[in-house]
Amino acid sequence: MKKLLNFKLKIWRQENKKEKGYFKTYQVHDISPNSSFLEMLDLLNNQIICDKKESSTIAFDHDCREGICGMCSLYINGRAHGPDNLITTCQLHMRHFRDGETIYVEPWRANPFPIIKDLVVDRSSFDRIIISGGFISVNTLGKTIDGNMIPIPKDKADKAFDAATCIGCGACVAACKNRSAMLFVSAKVSQFSLLPQGKIERKKRVINMVNKMDEEGFGSCTNTKACEAECPKGISTEYIAFMNNEYIRSFTI
Amino acid sequence: MTKNSLKLNSKVPSGTINYKWENHKSTLKLVSPNNRSNIEIIVVGTGLAGGSACASLSELGYQVKAFCYQDSPRRAHSVAAQGGINASKNYKGDNDSIYQLFYDTIKGGDYRSREANVYRLAEISSNIIDQCVAQGVPFARDYAGYLETRSFGGTKVSRTFYAKGQTGQQLLLSCYSAMSRQIGKGRIKMYNRHEMLDLVIIEGVARGIIARNLISGEIERHTANAVIIASGGYGNVFFLSTNAMGSNASAIWKVHKKGGLFANPCYTQIHPTCIPVHGNYQSKLTLMSESLRNDGRIWVPKKLDDAISMRNGTKKPENISEEERDYYLERRYPSYGNLVPRDVASRAAKERCEKGFGIEENETKEGVFLDFHSAINKYGKEKANELGIINPSDLEKMNLGEEVIESKYGNLFHMYEKITNQNPYKTPMKIYPAVHYTMGGLWVDYNLMSSIPGCYVIGEANFSDHGANRLGASALMQGLADGYFILPYTIADYLSRYIRVSKKISTQHEEFDKSEKNVKDRIKKLLQNNGSMSVDYFHKRLGNIMWEHVGMSRNHVGLSEAIKSIQLLRDEFWKNVFVPGKIDNGLNAELEKAGRVADFLELGELMTMDALNRKESCGSHFREEYQTKEGEALRDDIHYKYVSVWEYKENMSISDEIMYKENLNYTFVKVQSRSYK
Ligand SMILES: Cc1cc2nc3c(=O)[nH]c(=O)nc-3n(C[C@H](O)[C@H](O)[C@H](O)COP(=O)(O)OP(=O)(O)OC[C@H]3O[C@@H](n4cnc5c(N)ncnc54)[C@H](O)[C@@H]3O)c2cc1C
Ligand code: SF4
Ligand code: FES
Repeated sequence: MKKLLNFKLKIWRQENKKEKGYFKTYQVHDISPNSSFLEMLDLLNNQIICDKKESSTIAFDHDCREGICGMCSLYINGRAHGPDNLITTCQLHMRHFRDGETIYVEPWRANPFPIIKDLVVDRSSFDRIIISGGFISVNTLGKTIDGNMIPIPKDKADKAFDAATCIGCGACVAACKNRSAMLFVSAKVSQFSLLPQGKIERKKRVINMVNKMDEEGFGSCTNTKACEAECPKGISTEYIAFMNNEYIRSFTI
Repeated sequence: MTKNSLKLNSKVPSGTINYKWENHKSTLKLVSPNNRSNIEIIVVGTGLAGGSACASLSELGYQVKAFCYQDSPRRAHSVAAQGGINASKNYKGDNDSIYQLFYDTIKGGDYRSREANVYRLAEISSNIIDQCVAQGVPFARDYAGYLETRSFGGTKVSRTFYAKGQTGQQLLLSCYSAMSRQIGKGRIKMYNRHEMLDLVIIEGVARGIIARNLISGEIERHTANAVIIASGGYGNVFFLSTNAMGSNASAIWKVHKKGGLFANPCYTQIHPTCIPVHGNYQSKLTLMSESLRNDGRIWVPKKLDDAISMRNGTKKPENISEEERDYYLERRYPSYGNLVPRDVASRAAKERCEKGFGIEENETKEGVFLDFHSAINKYGKEKANELGIINPSDLEKMNLGEEVIESKYGNLFHMYEKITNQNPYKTPMKIYPAVHYTMGGLWVDYNLMSSIPGCYVIGEANFSDHGANRLGASALMQGLADGYFILPYTIADYLSRYIRVSKKISTQHEEFDKSEKNVKDRIKKLLQNNGSMSVDYFHKRLGNIMWEHVGMSRNHVGLSEAIKSIQLLRDEFWKNVFVPGKIDNGLNAELEKAGRVADFLELGELMTMDALNRKESCGSHFREEYQTKEGEALRDDIHYKYVSVWEYKENMSISDEIMYKENLNYTFVKVQSRSYK
């Protein structure tokens, strides 16, 4: 049995959007180094329930706990999804922390992501960007052509695939000093522009999505690359360049 | 428990099987386009099944109200599916056909699924791929630009289309995009962070739902001309499973308690390749895709001593020579080897561990190796030949081999390493079976309508297509077939009858009052209960009972005991659960969980009753009393070739539920005993 760990947690508590938030200190003991960060929070919540001293448990978003749904968030010790690279918070394990360490836990902080409660934020601005044009306008009923009638070169298909792996978690926005959503938007724009099926609407799509992103209050990109560094899926900032190119193209050609 | 089969009309059309769906479609009534915009449809759940239904229905012009408890449809549990989606396209020229896919699925389900439904699924499978390609799903491609496929357990052809290990994600995101387009047009109204808490039935037909806004805590009333349930499976009854944390049974359970019949509740699929349980802090289990079994070989040591040294860490798997390893699947099932179906592979692992050969250092000593060493060697040699390297060193070969494995399964190996802190390229993975998928669900007829008129059920939430065991890569196929291509036709038949009477339903109807009051009373009861234990405490205990007695194998004594234990636990829950928070006061994850666990505590009992009733072994349901000399499942077609269908009666207890039978007739396939030797 490995040595169990103890931590001091400073966790952001906030009743709702309007109320003021604050850090509250908690102690957790006997945490297995193999447990995930969220499992540690489960344990803490259990403790809060048993103590009955607080009126509610700590709210945080999560669902798949496998790094794929994009639901979990958390800013841990000043980093989106915590220390370690290419992972989401649900994939972060306590073996990455030192015994006795103080850990700061905050929500994503960005105006377009208003806080709902404690560590839970509202990321529906991402949905609205997709609604503005993040799709190929094909009817889902009726007949389409055979899938193999649209051959796609492997390198293009792979590049589109890499862009498509974005899980919509918002870490890119949380990590960016400008609160830019360029990485997220460029991933979707690139996926479709790289595929023959998506080429027809490419101009309209990029203009609508970029405009919507601005309207939602996300900042601009100044090439700091913090987004790429914290993106759990390793989406490259090359796609931002690709999107900028698409955007300019859409006016000129 | 009385039994009869009078009540059920499956509405399977007559005629030969390959014309049933075509003929049936031509008899279905239509709703004209100008009427569709006056018709409202509620869809509960926006995974692959619900999402595709929303997209297709709104494209036809209906007004759709979609509900999900996550913050966006893009996060539904379907997103986690790894391996792939089946379709009988025969692109590889390995003689695949609609019939082959149909046959494999029926056989895989151990002859406990509805023949006509399965045939329709196989027929539609190829449209799904075309549809998804058109929507921009980046499926894997070969160098010529054509679609790639791979193999899954229980089949001998390569028909599984995939997008690396993220097929579910890519399919769900394309559904979500299609929905988003319709949301933009105003045809879908999306209710994120909403949970359905009751079905409202007026004059015998489904007319709406009661939902809780999870952010504000408000209880809302929603009306519609039809309600579609696409709320996924109920594997989380077992607490630990591969399902997303939020996956639950509440929607289907509420429908059941309003009179919707529940079919085959005991059929739970156990997936053989998951990361073993480690400690009691663990909240869920992680799947390692079945596709790994294409290249990984499964073994435990032959000698008990070796197993013990493996567990206490004094010996490493690398120290055990080939002769001292027991590749038990290859030994027992030479023709399918490591690619036997999931139920077979799972039971074989359990058998070895029970005999003491488990290799994991956890409390239960349960775990077996999934070893890529042979594959790395083989691919390394091939690659060296290809590159013209003469006499490559072992290290060179290994590096080349690892590169090949990485290109095939890279993200899964990454995930394994993150969780276990061990490098699966260098040392074999440790795996053990875990709860994965539920084949049972609400009973539906051929039109996917439940026993409540106007209430349809699609995807994992219904029961019809997979029988006693689901083959890999067929759940995604079923969800999309139901949502994109079946339900939009069959529901029109029902709705066409409502056009004449389509006065708007009022939310003031007394049935809404009644339902809302029930929902509110229950929430109050949970929040004001003067208990001291957390919801998770009860959920874990339920999970233990279920895993022990209603898990991979079952017997009469265990099941009878389990029923009693669940009843006691349920009483204790209502006496002793503590849920913090106030009524109507915002986000409260504990309250959400409490409602769901309360439902699991009832459903668990029904699952156990169903398992007790089925005195045979078939598919994922293994009754120890009914096995062959070699320890294989022994089915009883004479007495149990039926779907067990349970009815709840208002104000009665679960143990008073009545069971009906839908007899299964196979006219197109010959029912055989299932052998993978
Ligand atoms: C790890 C993993 C890997 C898998 N891999 C594969 C694979 O490779 N191939 C394959 O074919 N299958 C695979 N499966 C199975 C497959 O993913 C699921 O069976 C399928 O996605 C279920 O889809 P669904 O649309 O029926 O339900 P889900 O995707 O579970 O969606 C349920 C929806 O219902 C909503 N909901 C539930 N209850 C309520 C309520 N009360 N109120 C409001 N909303 C509600 C949820 O918010 C969600 O939107 C895998 C499963 C797992 C767990
Ligand atoms: S680009 Fe990366 S960080 Fe941003 S939403 Fe997508 S996955 Fe998350
Ligand atoms: S909970 Fe799904 S990505 Fe973390």
